[in-house]
Amino acid sequence: MLELSNVSKTYDGQPLLRGISFTVDKAETICLLGASGSGKSTLLRMIAGLESPDAGGILWDGNDLASVPPHLRDFGLVFQDYALFPHLNVFDNVAFGLKMQNQSKEKINSRVAEVLEIVNLGEFENRKVTDLSGGEQQRVALARALAPRPRLLMFDEPLGALDRALREDLLNELRGILRRTGIPAIYVTHDQEEAFTIADRVLLLHDGLIVREGSPADVWANPESVWVAEFLGLGNVFEGLKVESLKVKTKFGVFAMKCGHKHQAGEKVHLLARPLAVEKEANMIRGRVRDVTFQSDRFKVTLDNGLFVYLDEAPKIGQKIEVEVKIECLG
Amino acid sequence: MNSMISHHDGTKTQRRSNLRALVPSWLNRPLLWFFPLSFLLVLFFYPFFRILAYSFNVSTLTTDNLNFAISVLFFTFYQAVLSTLLTLLIGLPSAYLFARFDFPGKSLLRALTAVPFMLPTVVVAAGFSALLGARGWINLTLMNSFGLSAPPIQFVGTLGAILLAHVFYNTTIVTRVVGNALYHLDPKLEQAARSLGASSRRVWWNVTLPLLRPSILAASLLVFLFDFTSFGVILLLGGPRFSTLEVAIYTQALQFLNLPLAALLAFIQLFCTLVFSILYTRVVERSAVQTAPRSAESNVRKAKTPNEKFFIIALCLLLFALFILPMFALPLRSVSRLDADRAQLGPIQTGLTMDYYSALFVNVRGSIFYVPPFDAALNSLLYASATIVLSLLLGFPAASALARPGRLEKILDPILILPLGASAVTLGLGFIISFGRLLTVPWLVPLAHTLVALPFVIRTLQPALASIPDRLRQAAASLGASPFRVWRNVDWPILRRATLSAATFAFTISLGEFGATSLLTRPDDPTIPIAIYRFLSQPGGLNYGQAMAMATILMALTTAGIFVIEKMRLPGAGEF
Repeated sequence: MLELSNVSKTYDGQPLLRGISFTVDKAETICLLGASGSGKSTLLRMIAGLESPDAGGILWDGNDLASVPPHLRDFGLVFQDYALFPHLNVFDNVAFGLKMQNQSKEKINSRVAEVLEIVNLGEFENRKVTDLSGGEQQRVALARALAPRPRLLMFDEPLGALDRALREDLLNELRGILRRTGIPAIYVTHDQEEAFTIADRVLLLHDGLIVREGSPADVWANPESVWVAEFLGLGNVFEGLKVESLKVKTKFGVFAMKCGHKHQAGEKVHLLARPLAVEKEANMIRGRVRDVTFQSDRFKVTLDNGLFVYLDEAPKIGQKIEVEVKIECLG
Repeated sequence: MNSMISHHDGTKTQRRSNLRALVPSWLNRPLLWFFPLSFLLVLFFYPFFRILAYSFNVSTLTTDNLNFAISVLFFTFYQAVLSTLLTLLIGLPSAYLFARFDFPGKSLLRALTAVPFMLPTVVVAAGFSALLGARGWINLTLMNSFGLSAPPIQFVGTLGAILLAHVFYNTTIVTRVVGNALYHLDPKLEQAARSLGASSRRVWWNVTLPLLRPSILAASLLVFLFDFTSFGVILLLGGPRFSTLEVAIYTQALQFLNLPLAALLAFIQLFCTLVFSILYTRVVERSAVQTAPRSAESNVRKAKTPNEKFFIIALCLLLFALFILPMFALPLRSVSRLDADRAQLGPIQTGLTMDYYSALFVNVRGSIFYVPPFDAALNSLLYASATIVLSLLLGFPAASALARPGRLEKILDPILILPLGASAVTLGLGFIISFGRLLTVPWLVPLAHTLVALPFVIRTLQPALASIPDRLRQAAASLGASPFRVWRNVDWPILRRATLSAATFAFTISLGEFGATSLLTRPDDPTIPIAIYRFLSQPGGLNYGQAMAMATILMALTTAGIFVIEKMRLPGAGEF
């Protein structure tokens, strides 16, 4: 369906995107995850046709979209701050796209009622959009994008302006709607929880490149790079020297693990020590407890050497502890 | 419960005022209001009621008078509507240009197009005369190159001159008000419309224009109001053939000494401006609700397509010709000898000259009735200084009270702004009707100037005063500062800029004021604008040159004033 090949974009002389390629398949939701300023929104705007790439192609079913203006692309777009038309009420906002298709009054009426029902705003047709709460406004924005039955839906940090509880509710609702309608979707966010909840496939964007791509579970289990491990906050990341085939020497001790065949002895490698205490692991981190913070279902324990682990019970400050953890090689 | 609340409020205000001033709190508000209100009562409301009394007199309301008033009213409307439409024609594309495109020289062009709004009418009239008048650059150049004996372009004395000067004056209102709305319009609204299948033309009609409609309406009403009450432009550029309400009030009062008819016209004028001001306020209130600016994402960009480039270049050229040329023609004309002096025979020497400036200091005619221009400049400076002192003395207490509005202030706020709606000529007429006997006293002029300047002074001081949080004063007091030292170290540093800005407003307004002054000034005490007007209406190259020289000086002083005001403006304080 949608295919991006080698899309590049320069901003103020700085390369923002350096050859992005990916596809979105039928009924699939992909998520572009990256820090702010990584170019995710620009990528969305280029797909929508609001900006054009410096190089590379954006294709739909194999046809290049370069010459197709945004209003003929049939791609729905939902913004973080909703971008509802303040001079129109809820009905007219949702009906906007249908009116642009010059549909008949009856068809518009029934379709607007239908999509407002989908987003649980059945009785809101005549309300002013400026009187709605943030969550309601975002539902209207979603209904507005859904109404003209777009071939693709794009979300630009759609829940960023909402508080946490509301965000979770809306996220689950949105997931349900996307499953039911089967519209392929691209969801852009900097929040990994959101990304992992909604996406079939996650694409991590860093330095203008897609540095990791995979299902949420796969990405979580195999970050494959220092940046991904640190960005996702997977645990302690530190470096060491490979001493022999299965051993790496670090300032926190010598650890044993499999670590790519490409590394020679004496070479620098990066390690990830997951903070969760596990049993029957060969590796162990030790240190004196410097600080303990309560985190609802566990305690985060920081050691005097800077490493941290999660424990079920709080140790005493100053106590010397040893914890078995999983240590992986990031390359 | 009730008593508890009021008790609580009482202690709060008491503490606040103890910190604010040395005056006991119960005296505070009435004392703050006493002088500004007395001033308005005597110099605005009393004359206003005298005008009413004059106009609703059986001997005034004759068929002849009413017919005359209606025909004048018709022309006033006619020229104001035409001027407003023309201003929109230039202003709307300019608003789009400044709000959406980035191009070299943009900020300079925008600054220059904003200058005319504050220029005195005599300067504008002199500028257009220097460019297009019978002795202006274009006519004299054409006459020299083609050996013509009469100026080929008839400009002064035509409706076109009036319209052009109005466009020159007010385009910046449209550019600022509509441009501001366009600039703050969330670009995502247009992007959302695009993604919903709207072509760029339908985006413009269905989204952008409806969102801009209130600001376009507000700008049009404001422009219309200025065109409707225009005086100097009509008198100086329109000539005797055209008469708006303002000009008719002036001629009836001064030339025909028909005060009742002048009063009737003034009443019609006041009524119309009141209606339009109310409409304007309504529109502004509504527009504030409708376009809520959302994100700061910029939608200013460089031109991409050839069409866009052509639009930018063509519009810049037009703006340059309209705004910059008259402002350059004037000072250049003031140092160029192009035609013969009065009664001068034989060959004339053309070229650069400082004669017009040096003539300003000499009593050429040796006449005892003649007032040298230098004295006019002294008068102007004297009046302007008096206006600064008076308007600050009255403006400070009023602005302090308005900065922390109570119930009293809600009523008084619009009353203070009322003189702004009354035209200067009407104010002058009110003075003549009310204080006719005192007209030989020169200080009526600075009093009238203060009346005109006071709303601006208050509006400049008020946001600065309101911007000082009480917590700052409380913190200073808790650190051991006495009330005076609180004022000295907290209030004054913040107010300094606003005070300078307000004083400059008073100065430039007084310096350029023409409407009220032309009615009130005594023949032997002219101000700079009056002297320019006299020079312009006298024949001869030297008189014309002196008018150019004085207008250039006035333009330089006013431009410097505008510059100071712009520099001192509080970030986020009102646009106009």
